[in-house]
Amino acid sequence: MSNKPTILTIDDEVQIRRLLDMTLSSDGYRVISAETAEEGIRRGSTDRPDLIMLDLGLPDADGLSVLKRIREWSTVPIVILSVKSAESDIIECLNAGADDYLVKPFRSGELLARVRAALRHHTTTDVEKSFQVRDLVVDFTARIVKKSDALVHLTATEYSLLALFARNAGRVLTHQFILQNVWGPSYVEQTEYTRVYVGQLRKKIEDDPSKPNILLTESGIGYRLALE
Amino acid sequence: MPEHQRPNPDSLLQSLRQQEEQEVKGKLKIFLGMCAGVGKTYDMLRAGHEAKAKGIEVVIGFVETHSRKETEALVGGLEAVPRKQIEYKGAVLEEMDLDAILARRPKLALVDELAHTNVEGSRHRKRYQDVLELIDQGIDVYTTVNVQHLESRADTVAQITGSIVRETIPDSVFEVADQVELVDLTPDELLKRLAEGKVYTPERSRRAIQNFFRKGNLTALREMALRLTAERVDKQLRQYMQGQRISGPWKSGERLLIHVDENPDSVRLIRWARRVAQTMNASWIALHVETSRRLGEPDKNQLAKSIKLARELGAEVISTADEDVVAALVRIANEQNVTQVLASKDWGHKAILQRLLTESGNLDLLLLGGKEETEGRTKRLQFPELHSGSSQYLLAAGVVIAVSSVCFFIQDLIGYQTVSLLLLFVVVLLPLRFGAGPVLLAAGLSALLYDFFFLPPLFTFVVRQADDVLMLGAFFIVAAVTGVLTARVRAREKAVRIREERATALFSLTKDLSGSRSQDEVVWAAVDNIRRFFNAETIMYLAQPDGDIFTKAHPQSNLQVDEKEFGVAAWVYWNEKRAGRFTDTLPFTSATYFPLSGPRYPLGVIGVRLPHNDFSLDQETLLENFVNQIASAVEREFLNEIAKRATILEESERLYKTLFDSVSHELRTPIAAIMSATETIMRNKCEKDNDVFAEIHTASERLNRLVENLLDMTRLESGLIKPKLDWCDVRDVVNAAVQKVSEEIGAHSIHVDIPEDFPLLKLDFGLMEQALVNLLYNAILYTPSDTTIHIHVHSSDERVFMNVEDNGPGFPKDSLKKLFDKFYRVPGSKTGGTGLGLSIAKGFVEAQKGIITAENRQEGGARFSIQLPLSAEPVSPTGVSSEQ
Repeated sequence: MSNKPTILTIDDEVQIRRLLDMTLSSDGYRVISAETAEEGIRRGSTDRPDLIMLDLGLPDADGLSVLKRIREWSTVPIVILSVKSAESDIIECLNAGADDYLVKPFRSGELLARVRAALRHHTTTDVEKSFQVRDLVVDFTARIVKKSDALVHLTATEYSLLALFARNAGRVLTHQFILQNVWGPSYVEQTEYTRVYVGQLRKKIEDDPSKPNILLTESGIGYRLALE
Repeated sequence: MPEHQRPNPDSLLQSLRQQEEQEVKGKLKIFLGMCAGVGKTYDMLRAGHEAKAKGIEVVIGFVETHSRKETEALVGGLEAVPRKQIEYKGAVLEEMDLDAILARRPKLALVDELAHTNVEGSRHRKRYQDVLELIDQGIDVYTTVNVQHLESRADTVAQITGSIVRETIPDSVFEVADQVELVDLTPDELLKRLAEGKVYTPERSRRAIQNFFRKGNLTALREMALRLTAERVDKQLRQYMQGQRISGPWKSGERLLIHVDENPDSVRLIRWARRVAQTMNASWIALHVETSRRLGEPDKNQLAKSIKLARELGAEVISTADEDVVAALVRIANEQNVTQVLASKDWGHKAILQRLLTESGNLDLLLLGGKEETEGRTKRLQFPELHSGSSQYLLAAGVVIAVSSVCFFIQDLIGYQTVSLLLLFVVVLLPLRFGAGPVLLAAGLSALLYDFFFLPPLFTFVVRQADDVLMLGAFFIVAAVTGVLTARVRAREKAVRIREERATALFSLTKDLSGSRSQDEVVWAAVDNIRRFFNAETIMYLAQPDGDIFTKAHPQSNLQVDEKEFGVAAWVYWNEKRAGRFTDTLPFTSATYFPLSGPRYPLGVIGVRLPHNDFSLDQETLLENFVNQIASAVEREFLNEIAKRATILEESERLYKTLFDSVSHELRTPIAAIMSATETIMRNKCEKDNDVFAEIHTASERLNRLVENLLDMTRLESGLIKPKLDWCDVRDVVNAAVQKVSEEIGAHSIHVDIPEDFPLLKLDFGLMEQALVNLLYNAILYTPSDTTIHIHVHSSDERVFMNVEDNGPGFPKDSLKKLFDKFYRVPGSKTGGTGLGLSIAKGFVEAQKGIITAENRQEGGARFSIQLPLSAEPVSPTGVSSEQ
């Protein structure tokens, strides 16, 4: 097959499917689509796409259950499509294994950026040695962080937090995910920890902590480290 | 800096607090004195003034100055609730106006003379009941009382002073008091005051000193008062030292039982039992055994008084029917797990005490010493009931006469001895049909007839032969004894039957109640059973579903009452105490009203009109049991209703949400398509077509915003909004909002001012972001395009203020009030906008327990202010703090 990554879109609305097709194809992806959850799951297993775009409002199955079913046998990156007021559904899906989300109506720029981030994260098989965005550099092996070439002093927790973001750059991370991975499973309720530490981190790595452009807040869901 | 308006939540909080206070009971402080004239009223008034000086709202409920100058001086300066005038037997008497005080709702009321008996026509019979009602309604009360007025002490006082105390209060009221202050005066000082005329007028003083106010009396009374207060302190100290103890029905495991009857000695026994129960910290039962013996009016009254006293002093009153009192005592003692039986040595005759000794088995027995002199009550023989109607007597006599006549004519055939047997036979059979009285009469009559008509010499009352005398005697005795014995057996049978009937009644009621499937059926079951077993009519009032008082009777009731009785029912509902006929409260109604009590608020009221003019103790007990069962059933149905409605609500909410989701999906999809399509084209196409596409894009953004607004509004209206309050950084929220309006901003600039290290706030990120976005849109829309919009966040006074300010024209004066109304647009504003933005912002802010206001700034321009309560800072998160 060609080198173009294949994206499977599962959405019952023909307009959305056409739209996704147009947008993704124009950026160099090969797009296949499914109308129902059953068809989607089937094509997911037979065609082996590199990424799945899953709509949460499917007629024959609840998006979360489809997600769980796919996750039973595949780690393929999944980006869910949802509506604005369904934040709790989105968080649930993200915590159940979805990689990212998009809210309809979405901007094509956002769509492409998230697809890119999800694919990137998935295809990088070897452990990254370092990460860079703008003038921020994170060296994983040496555990050193530099901003505009100046050494940044971080506490151990702050570093763990930043490293987690850096390794998942471009993807949205829910509060729960962050808490679980930095502090431990028993801390999943303490969202104030993430808020406070992200605030502290921003002060150290952002040009203007009050208008962050590296560590971005996703309203109601979590945070995202920008890729560019 | 920005002035803040008077926040509304404060007044809300205040009224909530007031409501809470009212739901708590008021405190009772008793000023106790050894007798009149020690200065209780004076001290009470002084305390009232002190309270007033502290800012507490005090009124005088009722103060009797007895024309004592010093007391009168203190009355002035305190607001007094005017007394109620009641007409009684042609005279106009004054009483405390309970309703006026309740309406006035002071924090503290001063009420003199707690033991006073109210005039007929007052709501309660005694003033202490009025005071208890005040306390229940959350009003604190100071009151005065003399030691002689306490039930448990009245006896002793009577012994000491020789004058009988008429007005008493139950000890329970004394126990309930939160504070007891002893107003103490040495007897010498009191006598001096008396002599100075400070207590009574000189005339009365002289007489008083000679009679009641003898020094010996005063000393004894003083000691009693002191001891009473000390006992109370001791008890409180003990309780304090033992920590919080849960007081339940079985406090110490001991359970006492006494027998109460119409003998006035019962009163002594009751008071003694209470003292013992208190010392042992035990619960106690007062048992009344109903025998077939009929009681006369005075006896019945005495019995009722004793029962009432026992109940007031805290006994559980049980009534049972049995011919054998001792057997009943032992039976109930075993049923109720009684540990000790208390009896008076003076009880009945010696034989009964003996029997109690032998039959009480392993029950402990405590005996109260006998009195010095008995009160002149003759010990009566245990006569069986002698209350058959006169017709019975006549009939019994008639039978005897008839049989005698027949025998007279055939006596030659059978001989006079046989006649005697025949007559005896008849008399022995009589008790099967007649009571003991007629039987005795028949026995006597037949003996006489026999003697006169059959025994030789005939037609005389003389008896010649010895064996005839013997026979006559035997005849009479056998007849009498048989008659009496049979009557007693029948009476015992009747007692058992009565007990059985009671059990059957209760069983029938509970069966019907548990089979009811709705509130209506419960009411029907209640009304029907009361009719069957009490022959009484019932009216039921059930509370409204939200707990508010009923407005009319349940249709299944079979009793109609007038307005006045409805008022009594309403009183019962609010006070959860019984009232009406046969009670002490509002007794002049045709029915007796009982509250149906639920766990949180009353469920309703049941009124029963009893057919007879008396209400015996066991009828009362049975009816009480009935009412309890009915209340349980009503509560059960009530809760069923709530559960059913909750299920329906859940279901309809779910349906609504499904509908909403599908509509929302339908609207958003085409918009999404348009927006994305144009974006894609714009990216890939060349420059000159971009303007056209830009237009399409802008239009679709507007459409999108409109749809979002409408959907948000719908969500708000239907209550689907469930804010997820979480710790958020204000800066984040503000930035997100600012980002969202970046397309509309045009030439405006936004300046954000948030202090460094502003604490985290508990809010719903999405809702707050949208609210801010709507406020910003509003500012952008209504201000000239090159002005700056300021976002100001600061905290003061435990509140956080998020202000959006501009330098535009500000709000027109008359629009200020309507700004946040749905679809409201300031007149003359340009088109474009639904008028929903601000009302949505308000809805979202209020869902997070905040408030939003709008005003014109002093410097010109408009200001929106979102206020949130500043909750406590979250615990500082732990992390490994060493530098990396």
